[in-house]
Order: sequence, then C-alpha cells, then structure tokens
Amino acid sequence: MKLLDRLANIDRRLIFLTIGFVVAIPIILKLKMPIRISSEVRSAYETIENLPGGSVVLASMDYDATSAPELTPMFRSFLRQCFRKKLKIVYTGHLAIGLPLAQFDLDAITQECNAVYGEDYINLGYRPGYTAVMIGIGREIRDFFAVDYKGVSVDSFPIMKGVHNYNDIALIVDFAHGSAAEYWIQYVVSRFGVKMFACVTGVMAPTLYPYLQAGQITGIIGGLQGAAEYEMLVGQPETAAFGMPAQSIAHIAIIAFIIFGNIGYFVMKRKK
Amino acid sequence: MNLLGTWIAAGLTIAILSFLYRDNPLYKFAEHLFVGVSAGYWVIYIWAFDVKPMLVDEFFRQTGVEKWLLIVPAIFGVMMMMRWFRGAAWISRWPISFTVGIAAGLALTAQVQGYIIPQIQATLRPLVSIGNNTSEAINQSINNVVIFVGVVCALLFFYFSREHKGALKVGSKIGVVFLMIGFGASFGYTVMARISLLIGRLTFLLQVFGIR
Repeated sequence: MKLLDRLANIDRRLIFLTIGFVVAIPIILKLKMPIRISSEVRSAYETIENLPGGSVVLASMDYDATSAPELTPMFRSFLRQCFRKKLKIVYTGHLAIGLPLAQFDLDAITQECNAVYGEDYINLGYRPGYTAVMIGIGREIRDFFAVDYKGVSVDSFPIMKGVHNYNDIALIVDFAHGSAAEYWIQYVVSRFGVKMFACVTGVMAPTLYPYLQAGQITGIIGGLQGAAEYEMLVGQPETAAFGMPAQSIAHIAIIAFIIFGNIGYFVMKRKK
Repeated sequence: MNLLGTWIAAGLTIAILSFLYRDNPLYKFAEHLFVGVSAGYWVIYIWAFDVKPMLVDEFFRQTGVEKWLLIVPAIFGVMMMMRWFRGAAWISRWPISFTVGIAAGLALTAQVQGYIIPQIQATLRPLVSIGNNTSEAINQSINNVVIFVGVVCALLFFYFSREHKGALKVGSKIGVVFLMIGFGASFGYTVMARISLLIGRLTFLLQVFGIR
C-alpha cells in the first residue's frame, strides 16, 4: 500500500526528470526506428510532385521559435522537394518573429540546392493585416508586396513576372502553429479555389482533419511524426526522423505514468 | 560571435528549464529578457515592414489622390495611440471599431463559404458507398456511417430543450463518447507537440556540450 500511495502522489519533478532522461538517452545513443508513411503526408508530398516544373508555390511562415522543432524540419524538406522539382517559391508570412527565424533554413537550403534569389525563390517579408493581406493577394500581390524584404521592387525579379494573384499561384503551403492554416483555408482556398496543404504543429493538426476529410486541403503534415514521414519521403532524414525514437519512448513513459497514477488513485480511493 | 550566441542560447535554455524545479531568479531573468527582446523586435519589424514601406515610402512614391488617401490610415494610427492618454483614450475606439468591423465582415463570409457549407457538404454522404473496389467501398461506407452517427449524437448531446431521457439519453451518451475520443486525440497530439519541443531543446543542448 505504501508503494501505491507513493505512485498516487509522485513528485512532479521526478516525472520531469524521468521524461528528460527518456528523451535524452535515445538522442545520445542515436537510436533509429522505422517510420510508416501516413496517407495525409503522402498526399501532401504528391501534391508537390504532381506540379509541373516552374509552378509558383506560396510558402507562408506562420510560426515562431515556440514551435520551431516541429515545423523547421518540414520547411527544410519542403524546400528541398520544391527546388528538386524546379518549382518557384514565394516566401512570406504573418508572424513578424517567424520570418527571420525560418530565413536561417531558407538560406541554408537555397545554398545547398544552388537556388538563385529572384529566380528560384523570393522573400517578400512580412506585412501586418493577416486575413486582409490573404484576401488582398487575390486581387494583386503588389498591393501589399510592392517590394521584397530588402526594399527592392518585386518587378525587378524574374520570378515575379506574370505573378499577380492566386490565378498565378499553383499551391499554398502554410507552416503554422496557430489558426493561420484555418484562415488560409476559409479566406483563400474556398474563395479563390487555390490548392493548399498545411504543415502544422501537433496541437493544431486535429483541427485540420475535418478540412482534409472535406477535400478543402490536399494533405496535412502534423507534428514531429508528420515531419519525420515527410523527411523520409523527400529522402533526407534529419532532426525529425532522428527525434522519433525519443518521442516514442517518451510516450511509453507518459502512458506508464498515467496507468500507475490511476492504479494508485483507484486503490487509495477504495481504501478510504 | 556565433559561438558566443550559441552559449548564450544554451544558458538561457537551462535558465528556462530550471523552472521545472522551482521558480528562481535565473528563470525570471530569462523570461523577462525574452519578453523584452520580442517586444523590441516587433517594434522594429512593424516599422521596417509596415509603417515605412507602406505609409512613409508610399506617401513619397504615390501621386494624385492616392497619395493623400494615405493620410487616413496615418490618422487612424495616431488615434489608436491615444489609448496611452487617459483623457483622450476614448479616441482610440474609432480605429478599433473600424478594424473590428472589417474583421467581422471578412469573417462572416469566410465562415459560411469556407467552413459551414463545405463541412455540411462533407457530412452529407451516402451511408452505403458503391464502387469498383469492394474493400475501399466497405471502408468508405464504415467511415460515412461513423461520421453520420458521430455528428448526430454529438449534436444530441448539445440539445438542451428536452430532458435527456430514453432515446435522447442514449444518443447523447454516444455523443459524449465521440467527443471524448476527439478530446483524447487532441490531447495526444498536444503531448506529442510538447515532447517535440523538449527533443528540440535537448538535441540543441547535447550538441552544444558535444555529447551528440
């Protein structure tokens, strides 16, 4: 009974420490595990694969440092896939702090893929207004983004020739940790009929499944699991795929804590 | 410089994680630093990507009526800042009501066009799906039945005009099961998200200390 009493009242710091250990050990030992590809991630991947070369893809960075471990691997894989397919990327976003953060990875992958600024991709920077900007691009992108993030006229870049509104954009990919993906679907996809898939945090993923079920989006890459699957599909496993063993073992530990805690709780309750 | 930045980031990460043991001055320092840096960053970013290119530069670039129209948002911006002055705080209600009005107007059509109608359409599916591929048709039929039962029963749970007795009680109980499964899936994903953040930070720390 003493053991059960302890189980029912485990010090939360002990739980933190245990979780810390079970996460750190697989990372240190560089454990690997097989990753099964889900239909929603494969569908997102195939959306890009099916685009003809030279198509323009709008990437919206709607996340910041608080969700970077989940979304950064997705963004890196997305860039690799797009540049491999010779697609053009228009980079923008609605979180002022998120854009420069993701730019570290943009710079790294463009260098790796030998992508040329202004021809293969462009950074339009940030504009406030959220939904107003999303809808406004449907009329003319230059109404909001007359210049790129360095203040250079977008008309001076070959990538922007003939790109005026959603008619000229083949796909929107939103990297979001909040409601931005839902805004894109509700304000843009439904109104302008442009294709979209969402790369979101685990917290946001369940809210997007109804949109996938309804056919409003073509795929969901959700959380670290989704990022790991996408990395495997693109063929360059990185932080997400290597983080999955730690993720799985941590889940087992949490489930064990929940079971032990509940056993202790119910036994103590019956005793009283 | 890069090395110094990495060590500062590692130190601040440890300072934040120290809160798991108990609240302490190191944690407080890191928290306040984060809030301050974020606020400062926002101010600079809003100036560089919003006020300067879209208002100041545009004012000098535009000609004719469009140039003078830019004075309207400039005045609204100044009115918004009146919140800082107690006697004139009421002036800020005008631009706030303007932005609220725009947001409400935009959201109204977006909600109907982009959420309510497509979601209702996606729910109204034939319970028996027929297709060339039998196993796919059976799977689809099961999915459609689950969606139908889930939607109807969850709605019954929120039907408060009659006491939940008899068939209504059974329906609402099934609705609760569907809701709980939904909440469970959300919670599971949330746990995964939080562990992912820990993985990201620990990977960073282990790399900094040369362990990985």
